[in-house]
Amino acid sequence: MSIAKVLLTDDEKPFVETMIKRLEKRDLEMAAAYNGQDALDRLSEDSTIEVVILDIKMPVMGGMAALKEIKSKYPLVEVIMLTGHATVETGIEGMKMGAFDYLMKPCDMDQLLAKVEEAAQRKRKHEQKIMDARLKEITLRKP
Amino acid sequence: MDEQRAEKKSYKSLFRKVVLIILFTAITPTLVVSIFILDEFRISYRQKVYDHLTLLARKHKKNIDMFLDEKLMDIRMLASTNSFKELSNQSSLNKKFVELQRAFDRVFVDIGVVNHEGRQIAYAGPYGLSGAIYTDTQWFKKAITSAYFISDVFKGLRGEPHFIVTVKHEHEGRPWILRATIDFGEFNNLVEYLRIGKTGFAFILNQDGQFQTNPIADVKPDELIQYLKNNNLLERPQSISKMENDGGNEVLYAVTMLKNGEWMMVLQQDYKDAFTEFNNTQKIAFLIIIIGSLGIIACTLILSHQLIRRISLADEEKQTVAEEKEIMSQQVIETGKLASIGELAAGIAHEINNPVAIMIEEAGWVQDLLEEEEFRQSENLKELYRALKQINTQGKRCKEITHKLLSFARKTDSRIADVFVNSLLDEIVYLSSQRAKYGNIEIHTQFEDDLPPIAASETEMQQVFLNLVNNALDAMEKTGGKLTLTAKRRDDDIIVAVADSGHGIAAGNLSRVFDPFYTTKPVGKGTGLGLSICYGIVKKIGGDIIVNSEKGQGTTFEIRLPINQGQDTPDEAAESAGGQLPLSATIEL
Repeated sequence: MSIAKVLLTDDEKPFVETMIKRLEKRDLEMAAAYNGQDALDRLSEDSTIEVVILDIKMPVMGGMAALKEIKSKYPLVEVIMLTGHATVETGIEGMKMGAFDYLMKPCDMDQLLAKVEEAAQRKRKHEQKIMDARLKEITLRKP
Repeated sequence: MDEQRAEKKSYKSLFRKVVLIILFTAITPTLVVSIFILDEFRISYRQKVYDHLTLLARKHKKNIDMFLDEKLMDIRMLASTNSFKELSNQSSLNKKFVELQRAFDRVFVDIGVVNHEGRQIAYAGPYGLSGAIYTDTQWFKKAITSAYFISDVFKGLRGEPHFIVTVKHEHEGRPWILRATIDFGEFNNLVEYLRIGKTGFAFILNQDGQFQTNPIADVKPDELIQYLKNNNLLERPQSISKMENDGGNEVLYAVTMLKNGEWMMVLQQDYKDAFTEFNNTQKIAFLIIIIGSLGIIACTLILSHQLIRRISLADEEKQTVAEEKEIMSQQVIETGKLASIGELAAGIAHEINNPVAIMIEEAGWVQDLLEEEEFRQSENLKELYRALKQINTQGKRCKEITHKLLSFARKTDSRIADVFVNSLLDEIVYLSSQRAKYGNIEIHTQFEDDLPPIAASETEMQQVFLNLVNNALDAMEKTGGKLTLTAKRRDDDIIVAVADSGHGIAAGNLSRVFDPFYTTKPVGKGTGLGLSICYGIVKKIGGDIIVNSEKGQGTTFEIRLPINQGQDTPDEAAESAGGQLPLSATIEL
């Protein structure tokens, strides 16, 4: 059983392919997207995606715009920002927009793995909370 | 040097031109007008002098004519109111003479009756000339043929100058003459006391140039008569002539005809004397012109000198401004270049980051694959691991470099936050290590542990330290040396020192090192802004920066940075979560 289902979004194809191979070897179920719009399309097709690893600088739709859309449409999906050009400002901006964390490329594999696991766990925790709240609601409604 | 000489020459030439133009335009009209006015004045004055002489002559002619006419009238009256018999009677004549004298204050010296033969048949007077024979005398010859006659002055029988007036009558068909001698002195006084100026006097001449009055100075009447004759002036009732006398002096003669042209009254005056006032005025005018011209010349020279000096100063200022402008524009270009280079570096760093990331991931993937059973038997496994590790290490090294380069190249974030000086200095040392290595420069660091943070902009402080370190490396790049960075706490401040063993800064320049645009480096090597910016940044956060240097020994920059009050240790700063955001931070939502 996989640790989590992760969508890796980056415009650098070689990076995406190798990263996917490495993460799959580490029991992650991976999907790939090559820009922000692509990521949104994949999310709309596959509701099992739990974590999105999102590059910032991408063509068509950049990371920050995609983050905003993801948080708006799929609020439970956790996003880890990944970029080669980190500033404090982009980090804070990302956090404000709901990103789970922020990593610099090239990142340490173990560190990334740990972040993905944490993010997936948090997503599940939130999902469970919502489920429990809904169940309670249904129970209370019953005559 | 040549340029300076050429410049001086051109200013001298300009000075000369300005002076000449001003003098020409100021003095020439002044001189022309002055000469014109003086000439007009001279003409006008001369006319005035001539008119004055003429008027004087006319006035005195009137007096003399009146005198002569009066005397003649008296004798005519006497002759017409008394008969020949009465006047021929000696006692009667005497009586008449006394009456005459009484009436006219002895102007008449004597009177006599002369018959047609020229014999004085009756005489009243002091000379006992009764019975005197005048037949052959000039006066008798003229008097017997004229109704009345005034003689020239002559000495006659009495031996003293006198002149007579005669009236002719007839008795029993024969002419007889009543003759009176006029007091010469009285007549002479009419002319002798006349004075004009210092040298002017008058006298009376007859047509033959014989004096009828006594001139008070030496006069050569013949020359005058000749001159008058030559110039047809004897026919004119009045004339004024200028002649040169024996002494070479010019003399004015105002001639007025008397006694129907028989006599001429001459007013004589030295030309110089007549024009004394004019000459004095002329002298004063010349003096004024000369003084004025000298004044104009002096003012011209002074003002021109000042003008040229101002032009020269303005040129110098312009040159200085142009040079400074040139330096500034070079420095602006350099600053722009630096900014562009910074952006370029950021761009390059970012672009390099991606391939480096891919490279590391690929190495990591190979490493993953090597853990599979089939590859564990490989003979070269160790070597493969070593090589992969090397790829990883070098990749991380690239990552470090690009991260630091990006960190440096990004635009200044002037937000104040807690800045840990030691980590910043470490970063700077790392960035500078390669350059130091190639320059044979040893970098030594002595950082006190657990220094509390300062409240500052991290990027600005990075700029300050990097600037100081770069300056230190510049000072030692040719000779090598030692760069020492220290950081310690002193009371409520962090003291950071950057010391080099380079060529040092001259004492005269020390006070200027923090001035904007001041640099001793050639253009292109330094903007002159670095230290002034450092100074500004440090001062902004309440700190201080000082420099000590000795030529040939080295330079030490010491920065005092106030500790951020409220934070004491790095742990406390981290706990408060008000510290700087690490690049891979986890923030709990």
